[in-house]
Amino acid sequence: MKKNEIPQDNGALGKIAREMTYVVGDNGQYETAQSTGWNVKTEALDVAWNEVNNKIEAAKQKVINGTASPILYFMEKKIMDISILSAYTGFWKWTIKRHIKPVVFKTLSDEKLKKYATLFDISMQKLKHPFGS
Amino acid sequence: MHKLTEPLAFGIGSGLFYVQLPFMKVNGGPAISFRTMPGLIFKRTCTALGVPVTRKKFSSPQKAMAELDLRLAAGKPTACQVGVFYLTYFPKEYRFHFNAHNIIVVDKQGDDYIISDPIMETLVTMSSYELQRVRFAKGAFAPRGQMYYPGDDLSEATDEQIKGGIITGIRRNCRDMLMIPGSFGGAKGIAYTGRHIKKWKEKLGDEKARTYLAQLVRMQEEIGTGGGGFRFIYGAFLQQAYKYLPIDALLNVSEQITATGDRWRNAAIQASGIYKGRLGSQADYNNMGDQLIEISTLEKKAFRDLREAVRKAK
Repeated sequence: MKKNEIPQDNGALGKIAREMTYVVGDNGQYETAQSTGWNVKTEALDVAWNEVNNKIEAAKQKVINGTASPILYFMEKKIMDISILSAYTGFWKWTIKRHIKPVVFKTLSDEKLKKYATLFDISMQKLKHPFGS
Repeated sequence: MHKLTEPLAFGIGSGLFYVQLPFMKVNGGPAISFRTMPGLIFKRTCTALGVPVTRKKFSSPQKAMAELDLRLAAGKPTACQVGVFYLTYFPKEYRFHFNAHNIIVVDKQGDDYIISDPIMETLVTMSSYELQRVRFAKGAFAPRGQMYYPGDDLSEATDEQIKGGIITGIRRNCRDMLMIPGSFGGAKGIAYTGRHIKKWKEKLGDEKARTYLAQLVRMQEEIGTGGGGFRFIYGAFLQQAYKYLPIDALLNVSEQITATGDRWRNAAIQASGIYKGRLGSQADYNNMGDQLIEISTLEKKAFRDLREAVRKAK
């Protein structure tokens, strides 16, 4: 990449820092220069976030339809999966899969719910009724 | 000006690579990497330059913080592996559960830690609670409080050491790019991905195929790559290596690698056309796949030339 070809497209990172890029200067020698971002890359990141948002929306519908507990919704919201959730809470993966079933969720002790609420940074009330009552 | 630059450290550690791990998924997409594992690059470079490194992992967060505090109190900056999801100064868009980020903690003032992060242009701070949380992030490659630091009585690397490191680093990198077994790693691994891309549209459907291509571009152009999947850093390395090891062919291979970096950038533009929905026919996927197959051929040639160039170097 030539020095005058560096994209300056103001990506997400451009808000807080510029990225170091290695470019070839006029004399054919490599040097470093700063870039505020590249649309091609920003759009790739957008694709990833779209997928995250689709998953959150799908989880929300499942909770509203009563086919999954709010744990699924907040897990997707924190971009976690069952392995990550298991590592943070200390629950086994199969235990979490059970907690994601609405019938099991209703029977969970406050102590267990508290663990989830703390990890998700929400109140117990919000965990039980994520979309109001 | 320090003698050891980022490109030199990268090249001595034989950083350049390509691999698409089959049967493995990252965030539901292909597991692709454009470089060797960072820990390994760091280790090789330190070994070549005679820098002893101590690494420690902790099961107790309290102990992990106490040991860090002891070092900082003695005025010794210390590197830590952290997860980025809870990294307070990062923009939200970058905060995935990615655990292989590395920072240097340089000082502690009151409850605040002063941090040098390779992504940031200036020093940043985090409270002890925040730092402990990122040091004990969970998930794949969990840092488990890992901290590492060089020995105390260090002298700057000699020209001889750097030259030796360059020769070893280049030879090892040629081996990795040309000789690694299997169809999915090294220069030939790029063609492996190229052939797969041609099947993605039919096999995965448009939506999934688009997220796969976006993931490829993210790995290639991610912060810290210097652009073009680390190819430009490697091009810079070969130019700088020439000052210690004056073999003209190094400069020629540097140009070849720069050219493949540019090809990677062009392929990313083609990919973005597809994931933005401007392109999307089978012919567009074929074009993308063919671009990677060409890059594979070019990188094979570059590394064969490079292997030949250092064959007799001492």
